Amino acid sequence: MNSAALKTRYSGDFAKSLETAAQPEWLKELRTRAFSYFEGNGFPTPENEEWKYTNVSSFAGDEWSLAADSKQEFSTFVHEESKDKVLVFLNGKFSQELSRYEGLGEAVVLGFGDALAEEKYSDILRTRLGTLIETETNGFTALNTAFIEDGAFIFLHNNPNIDSPVQLLFMTDDGRVAFPRIMIVAEAFSEATFIESYSRASESRYLTNAVIEVSLADEAKIKHFRVQRESHNAFHIGATGAEVEKGSVYDSTNINLGAKVSRHEIAVRFNAEGGEVFVDGLYMLGEDQHHDTHSLIDHRVPNCVSHQSYKGIVDGKAHAVFNGKIFVRENASGTDGYQSNKNLLLSNDARVDTKPQLEIFNDDVKCAHGATVGQLEDEELFYLLSRGIRESLARNLLTYGFAEEVINKIDVESVKAKLDEAVLNRLNAQFLSK
Amino acid sequence: MLLEIKNLHAGIGGKEILKGLNLKVNKGEVHAIMGPNGSGKSTLSKVVAGHPSYEVISGEVLYEGKNLLELDPDERAREGVFLAFQYPVEVPGVTNSEFLRLAYNEKAKHNGDEDLDPLEFNDYLKEKAKIVEMSSDFFKRSVNEGFSGGEKKRNEILQMAVLAPKLAILDETDSGLDIDALRVVAEGVNKLRSSENGIILVTHYQRLLNYIQPDFVHVLAGGKVVKEGGKELALELEEKGYDWVKTATN
Repeated sequence: MNSAALKTRYSGDFAKSLETAAQPEWLKELRTRAFSYFEGNGFPTPENEEWKYTNVSSFAGDEWSLAADSKQEFSTFVHEESKDKVLVFLNGKFSQELSRYEGLGEAVVLGFGDALAEEKYSDILRTRLGTLIETETNGFTALNTAFIEDGAFIFLHNNPNIDSPVQLLFMTDDGRVAFPRIMIVAEAFSEATFIESYSRASESRYLTNAVIEVSLADEAKIKHFRVQRESHNAFHIGATGAEVEKGSVYDSTNINLGAKVSRHEIAVRFNAEGGEVFVDGLYMLGEDQHHDTHSLIDHRVPNCVSHQSYKGIVDGKAHAVFNGKIFVRENASGTDGYQSNKNLLLSNDARVDTKPQLEIFNDDVKCAHGATVGQLEDEELFYLLSRGIRESLARNLLTYGFAEEVINKIDVESVKAKLDEAVLNRLNAQFLSK
Repeated sequence: MLLEIKNLHAGIGGKEILKGLNLKVNKGEVHAIMGPNGSGKSTLSKVVAGHPSYEVISGEVLYEGKNLLELDPDERAREGVFLAFQYPVEVPGVTNSEFLRLAYNEKAKHNGDEDLDPLEFNDYLKEKAKIVEMSSDFFKRSVNEGFSGGEKKRNEILQMAVLAPKLAILDETDSGLDIDALRVVAEGVNKLRSSENGIILVTHYQRLLNYIQPDFVHVLAGGKVVKEGGKELALELEEKGYDWVKTATN
């Protein structure tokens, strides 16, 4: 696919969308810049070091059609805890009619159209949109930005204290490309939990290209569970960008089970001292699945703490890529950064490329990182065998336990239960009757 | 005869550690295997339990008259062999009660007994936990994860109680225990001791034998039994040290 052909592919849709959108000039400019970046650069190729192991040529240039209304039956994917606060995105478009707001308390949730119509919210969007995930990161983020239209703006102020999780639910129809875009702004001292879930009703073929930006003010505390369970014929490119201020805590857990090819980029930056960040995740792949996680934790200021723990279970001919970077800038003394990536290979044809990186420009820091790729430990296996447990069951138990260390972190019961079930199904082992 | 080891030569990584070991254990007997570091005590435990890293070079291990060495470790366990580990392994994500119920049901199936469902098993487990004074808080925790040294050893004895083995080998169960934990563990073993099982206590120190009185003491050095006797041998050993048996053999 050459860029000229790509340009024609999206340029008609882009021109039409830009023309019909009732948007302020600054946003149209942002979108135009984004589209021209895309026209000039196209999608990333493996020549780009950041995309060395993830080749998107098998799907990125396909003739995906842009969002249209959807009749997806999504209600079975709504989590019990979130049924009065669920934001529904079908084919990437935020549907105000299908969403439920009763449980949102003081939180403000608006479609971009309504948010831009109010000066206060429009100002917030103008100063933040595209700053936590740079538009020009790559062709995917650029294209998502170029098609900003029916996104959602979530504003937590007056300490809304929403006592149970808000769900963001995404589904995409066969043959479509979806560009969901979300901006979450948490004002000082606000607290909330988000479940960002990508679900499928059938094994259809589509492309999700999602960008979520999360901005935390002083002392805000956000838990963010991202669960990607797309169709096994689908493609998923997602980006999460977050910034934390003084004393705020951003705690993110990223589960990647679905899609044929998926990639998740997560970039977090510390803007003021005393912030704390957790970026944890699990990818569990089989058959010919491919998943790539790229993380970047940017310690720009002193005395912040980051923890990263990613685990991978890779079976069949699947391929996992992990590239995690802790970046400690010159003035960021007192940084405490930890990163680990552990991988379990369940077959001879499975493959993992892991690259934990530390880039440190300050002497007064405490940083550790490490990565492992291997099979189940012989000693662990022997322990289970010595209790009379059969080898196949023993292997499944240990693999399950490996995944559970991440899943147990999720304190939303129905999310955890669904993931337990998914992992057990994947292992073909209903050995635990709960 | 429950266990008969004849002229066993075995080792790990090409290194021979057991060099002609003989041992006989009957039901109803408690045997202590003592010896200095490197004498082959742990190797003996691992070989009987079937650890895949250990190689048997020659000799025989008969369990109830049958060749134990041709069974896989899980088959040995279902036949009634149990090893309490010196360093019990942590199994994150799997709760103690799930783990024990799976093991229990594997063995029950093997013996043609009824499976227990989670509720039935919970009652059974509560009874057994009294033996080692373990509270039910431990049932819901992941196997050995975050357990103290003493809790891990108690958990090993709890597993022994649940699985009711015919032959139990306790590998350095006393190591790393303070005096109170040692007492609890030892009393647990005493309660499980019966005319239906044989117990092998593998230990470096005589201390454990103050609490669990063995019927026989075997002293290992250089990969074989160099001295045998009753429980008084352990006291003599404590007094004179392992150099005494080393000199005795030379």
